[in-house]
Amino acid sequence: MATRYIEKIGRTTNNLLAEFGQFCDFVAHTFFWLIVSGGRRKSLRLLLPQMFEIGVKSIPVIGITGGFIGMVMAVETYSQFKAIGQEDRLGGVIFLSVVKQIGPVLASVMLAGRVGGALAAELGTMNVTEQLDALRVMGTDPIQFLVVPRFMACVLLTPLLTIYSDITGIIGGWFIGVKVLGVPSGPFWHYARTGVELWQINEGIINSVFFGGTIGLISCYKGFYCGAGANGVGRACTDSFVASFISIIIMNFVFAKVAQNLYIALYGIHSVFGT
Amino acid sequence: MALIELKHIYKRFGWLEVLSDVNLQVEQGKCLVILGASGSGKSVMLKHIVGLLKPDRGEVWFAGQRIDILSERELMKVRERFGFLFQQSALFDSDNVARNVGFPLMEHTNKKPEEIAEIVNHKLRMVGLPDIGRKMPAELSGGQRKRVALARAIALDPEVILYDEPTTGLDPIRSDVINELIVKLQTQMHVTSVVVTHDMNSAFKVADRLVMLFEGKLIFDGTPDDIRTTKNEVVSRFVHGEASEEELRTLESVQD
Repeated sequence: MATRYIEKIGRTTNNLLAEFGQFCDFVAHTFFWLIVSGGRRKSLRLLLPQMFEIGVKSIPVIGITGGFIGMVMAVETYSQFKAIGQEDRLGGVIFLSVVKQIGPVLASVMLAGRVGGALAAELGTMNVTEQLDALRVMGTDPIQFLVVPRFMACVLLTPLLTIYSDITGIIGGWFIGVKVLGVPSGPFWHYARTGVELWQINEGIINSVFFGGTIGLISCYKGFYCGAGANGVGRACTDSFVASFISIIIMNFVFAKVAQNLYIALYGIHSVFGT
Repeated sequence: MALIELKHIYKRFGWLEVLSDVNLQVEQGKCLVILGASGSGKSVMLKHIVGLLKPDRGEVWFAGQRIDILSERELMKVRERFGFLFQQSALFDSDNVARNVGFPLMEHTNKKPEEIAEIVNHKLRMVGLPDIGRKMPAELSGGQRKRVALARAIALDPEVILYDEPTTGLDPIRSDVINELIVKLQTQMHVTSVVVTHDMNSAFKVADRLVMLFEGKLIFDGTPDDIRTTKNEVVSRFVHGEASEEELRTLESVQD
């Protein structure tokens, strides 16, 4: 019994390590082709349709989500701030939350669902219908041809979509805070401006570059190595979202901690309730 | 002289040994047919020839060069000399027929778009499908998809064409069209062909030589005439489409 249990643990560990090794190889291969051929005209020709698929088609869902999250933030925080007579500072809290955390994380999670699932499904279908093998036998590396443009589109567009999500979140918060709950517009924008520094805006945008890259790599990898048949493709989509989501959450925590320590080391502690 | 050579190939997937000490030589300009039941490892063998799979043990040689030890990048150059017709055609869903057929030309030559269009039209005429360049793969029948895939496989005028079950899933008439095409390409382009199939009509029509794979080993190697008169029971039953006693017993146990 104990032997079987140990054997099972060993086999699982072995499989996990093998998959991790395969993923690392996939990532290395992607970066190799990114460096070798990423800037070529042919690569740019492949990039534009992916930018449309990943970026332009995500605008509605990112906008709606960002806007409503900003509105919810205003609704939830207003009563607490009003209770201590600080409702004028609502803009600062909404702005800080949106640009530092909610904007990048939410935009990335939405992209992991919308784009990640689509990438895994597309490449997974190409895998099970031998289209990836067809590329290989025609002397074309499918990582160069399929993964690099998708990865580049994710890396380039996630920050832009994050900025867009930030803007819609702030507009949503402003609409509820100022237009519905009656916070004066002047103080709202004053605290929004003074409560957030360029550092924090940059922090969210830089994080989103890594989130985008992670979504692109994980989704393409899951599609590339999906199991046989419709079941395999379906599972690749689910796995791609779950793995991207967990990676984003963990990376967000690590980046937040690193950025905070760096900020304190450089500038000291800054409070949203300060001047 | 052998253009393609497999030497003592072993391949295992998990617990299943698919190829066991397989030796094969394919002569230049000839058509070799690999026979075998479904799941016997024929496609695995074909994929070894073009480096899509690497053997656990053994060597794969092409044109005097050992290719099983080459990296993916080195293999890309070798593969430009091959055309491969996949079992499911493997056309790119998101591109129309013309872009599918022109894909290898766009990727590996510096030809102008109009030159590529001319070659694409020529290849489509060769497979008997002119004027369908604008259609999407989803709009084609199974036979048309195979022929478009064949046009794509010959776009770069390869030295070797590998066919993975070219007639599977097609009606007898469409199968015969594909067989005729294989023979036509063989004679017109002087290519070396390797055809994997379990369709005996197709095999007899296209083969210069046949081999049969059974339980991971090659159990027959000879001409179409040899296989018709073989005394090997397994090969003979396969050629005549007769199930063994053991296989029939399995069927009876299901009925019980």
